[in-house]
Amino acid sequence: MKYIDEYRDPKLARQLLQEISRKTTRRWTIMEICGGQTHSILRNGIDQLLPERIELVHGPGCPVCVTPLESIERALAIASEKEVIFTSFGDMLRVPGSSRDLFMVRSEGGDVRIVFSPLDALQIARANPSREVVFFAVGFETTAPANAMAVYQAAREGIGNFSVLVSQVLVPPAMRAILSSPDNRVQGFLAAGHVCAVMGYSEYEPIAHEFCVPVVPTGFEPVDLLDGILKTVEMLEEGKSGVVNRYTRVVQKEGNPVAREVIGKVFEVVDRQWRGIGMIPGSGLGLRAEFERFNAEKKFGVAHIVASESPLCMSGSVLQGKMKPDDCPAFGKECTPLHPLGATMVSSEGACAAYYNYHGNLSPL
Amino acid sequence: MCLAIPGKLLEISLENGLKMGIVDVNGTKTRACLEYVPDIRQGQYTIVHAGFALKIIDEEEAAESLKLWQELIDSGAFDHDGEMPYSVSS
Ligand code: SF4
Repeated sequence: MKYIDEYRDPKLARQLLQEISRKTTRRWTIMEICGGQTHSILRNGIDQLLPERIELVHGPGCPVCVTPLESIERALAIASEKEVIFTSFGDMLRVPGSSRDLFMVRSEGGDVRIVFSPLDALQIARANPSREVVFFAVGFETTAPANAMAVYQAAREGIGNFSVLVSQVLVPPAMRAILSSPDNRVQGFLAAGHVCAVMGYSEYEPIAHEFCVPVVPTGFEPVDLLDGILKTVEMLEEGKSGVVNRYTRVVQKEGNPVAREVIGKVFEVVDRQWRGIGMIPGSGLGLRAEFERFNAEKKFGVAHIVASESPLCMSGSVLQGKMKPDDCPAFGKECTPLHPLGATMVSSEGACAAYYNYHGNLSPL
Repeated sequence: MCLAIPGKLLEISLENGLKMGIVDVNGTKTRACLEYVPDIRQGQYTIVHAGFALKIIDEEEAAESLKLWQELIDSGAFDHDGEMPYSVSS
């Protein structure tokens, strides 16, 4: 398939690996932000093919993993309401709350439905005017355009039985939080290509300069990832910081202006809790006052629900690149994809699940 | 929810006042909202996330980086017998 196969070319990948080896003279620690990239890196064994001196640490960019426990608890409470049809992306259904998940609510009689797009949830609301339809609006800047449009469209059509439980997070404040941590190890970033497709990359320039790090937007295929790593290594070796876009077929500096406009109409920047990490100021999006009537937390009176994490799970350290999944004592023992203790084991984009699924199954060079 | 790969736009339609389309993503036909890529034409490739096309793939930029990578291959003493051990299926 066009735009896929050429970025999986083994010959090119090997040449890029050789270039990376040739250019590397010191130890470097590079973080890929995006869970989709973590998945691709582990699936293709890239972390094991790189020279030993390059360490990839896996960032917090998996929406399933960072949606805070209290949002999960609020979702469970709303989904248990009789008149509610609760809709969500499929991968949120298995995320464990304190004592149950959305699948269990469904098996107890709750009307929980998987949708691929928030517009599908809106369609369910049109078709069921006597029910309340709630969409679990989670994710990074990549889902914000979709979630914003669903609310915007609901307002335009005057659909009153639709609301959203928003847990929308932003990448740049999380990068700042990671770089500001006293035990930070990250020296360069692969920026998430599709987040940049929406938002552009101007926001990374002050971060790159303030913390003297290279930030390289890149894609998801092996060749894209290796090319992004090569550029990051070159910049590290030359002592350069700044943003260099290596995903030019998809990413423009200004991102997608139409999407940014609709996001800005519907959402405003708010403080957000991150699962395993805690509160990061200004790191999320919440509904603007004009759209408050679509706020499911208000509509169902669940905003008071709070929750605290299981002390066993160390996903907060994993998400900040301080620990590898297999350093966690519960990894592969008490915690597996079938019985996940933490959200990073639930999603295939979570670092713990990616390690569980792919490590040990490869025979590197 | 973020493993987005590119798809080819097959059809354009209008639903509830929104520009929608059918996109072929690696052989699977999916519906996508096209409001964020107002200039997209049939046959173009786009990235789809959560049911929305977010960006038309820039053909010229794609060709340019492939050209540069080809030069990299040509410049290197590449061992043609070697196989990459990674899987290339999706
Ligand atoms: S292995 Fe399980 S318990 Fe350990 S950090 Fe990962 S998700 Fe949490």
